[in-house]
Amino acid sequence: MSDQNNNKAEWPLWEVFIRSKAGLDHKHVGSLHAADAEMAIENARDVYTRRMEGVSIWVIESKYIHASDPDNAASLYEPANDKIYRHPTFYDLPDELKHM
Amino acid sequence: MTVRDFQEAFDEKIDKEIAIEPRDWMPDNYRKTLIRQISQHAHSEIVGMLPEGNWITRAPSLRRKAVLLAKVQDEAGHGLYLYSAAETLGITRDEMVEQLHSGKAKYSSIFNYPTTTWADIGAIGWLVDGAAIMNQVALCRTSYGPYARAMVRICKEESFHQRQGYEILLHMSKGTEIQRKMVQDAIDRWWWPSLMMFGPTDDDSPNTAQSMRWRVKRFTNDELRQRFIDVTVEQCKILGMELPDPELKWNEERGHFDYGPIDWEEFWNVVNGNGPCNRERLKARNDAWEKGAWVRDAALAYSEKRKKRAKEADTKAA
Ligand SMILES: [Fe+2]
Ligand SMILES: [Fe+2]
Repeated sequence: MSDQNNNKAEWPLWEVFIRSKAGLDHKHVGSLHAADAEMAIENARDVYTRRMEGVSIWVIESKYIHASDPDNAASLYEPANDKIYRHPTFYDLPDELKHM
Repeated sequence: MTVRDFQEAFDEKIDKEIAIEPRDWMPDNYRKTLIRQISQHAHSEIVGMLPEGNWITRAPSLRRKAVLLAKVQDEAGHGLYLYSAAETLGITRDEMVEQLHSGKAKYSSIFNYPTTTWADIGAIGWLVDGAAIMNQVALCRTSYGPYARAMVRICKEESFHQRQGYEILLHMSKGTEIQRKMVQDAIDRWWWPSLMMFGPTDDDSPNTAQSMRWRVKRFTNDELRQRFIDVTVEQCKILGMELPDPELKWNEERGHFDYGPIDWEEFWNVVNGNGPCNRERLKARNDAWEKGAWVRDAALAYSEKRKKRAKEADTKAA
């Protein structure tokens, strides 16, 4: 589609992450446009936390996000594929054994 | 992989109900259909603020004013969630805004009707948001991940919209004779346009089959419309009001209410720009955009200036 540069006046896009309460991770909730980080946080408050959905907000300009390629998923995750011994259920132990 | 492999992998995901995410391969038409549907939906939320905004300054009490303000603010939020979902498909915000302002993009034609009395605010919450909810609940399971997630968020917020509207009407329906007349008049005017919100009948909706196949749509227009009518008839009884359709009748065999013919000529007339408020709505959006241009430019200039200053301070410190 059209190049970001053709639209000089468009505010940059930011990804928004919200911690819904202390003790939980920040989670991606969506994106928004803002001229700078401060405005992005204020906009995120208005757009994504109108009902006390968050206690902490992270914003990052979308262009700085690097993502894995879904088409390479098979090879990317291949190393974990055949290592079932990483799971506790791999080990066959007697039923009498407790607290393990 | 060849295009055919990609297509097969895509079809398999759809069949297995695995969500499609922004960076996944998808058919061009799937992308186009979604961009059109999501951006139209976003535009509807944004334009939808106008008829209700009309009454914020004249709400009959501070409580009603605070509620209406919160409701309209939610609709702005819904528009923003949806624009951001559409942007993950590769269209920019400015492109969408430009499509709305030029009249190229459509929005729900219901918002081209005027809000002439306070009872209209009640009828909109009850019927218009009610119809929207019917549609949106079904879309919470749509196949495109970002769209589905936006819908979940929206649905959580919508139920208060419908309840506040119904409460307005319930309150007025227990009031004076004039107030009861206002309620009935608002229902009379909003009922048919609300039914039209579900779109043309299934026979007249050529894209439905493809959208169902892609699981973008989960139910047809007529299915959702019927569901809406069935629940709304009962709600209307509690208000002690009548729905303006003499043919509305319970059909034991179908297990649904039968209803009279919808005036599709009116629908297409409004869709094609000739409703009572089409021009006014587009003008309001265009004016807001143009008058806000200096704010957008100033904010960018200010952020550039601050970046430059921070850089200068850094070099000095080094
Ligand atoms: Fe909404
Ligand atoms: Fe709403």
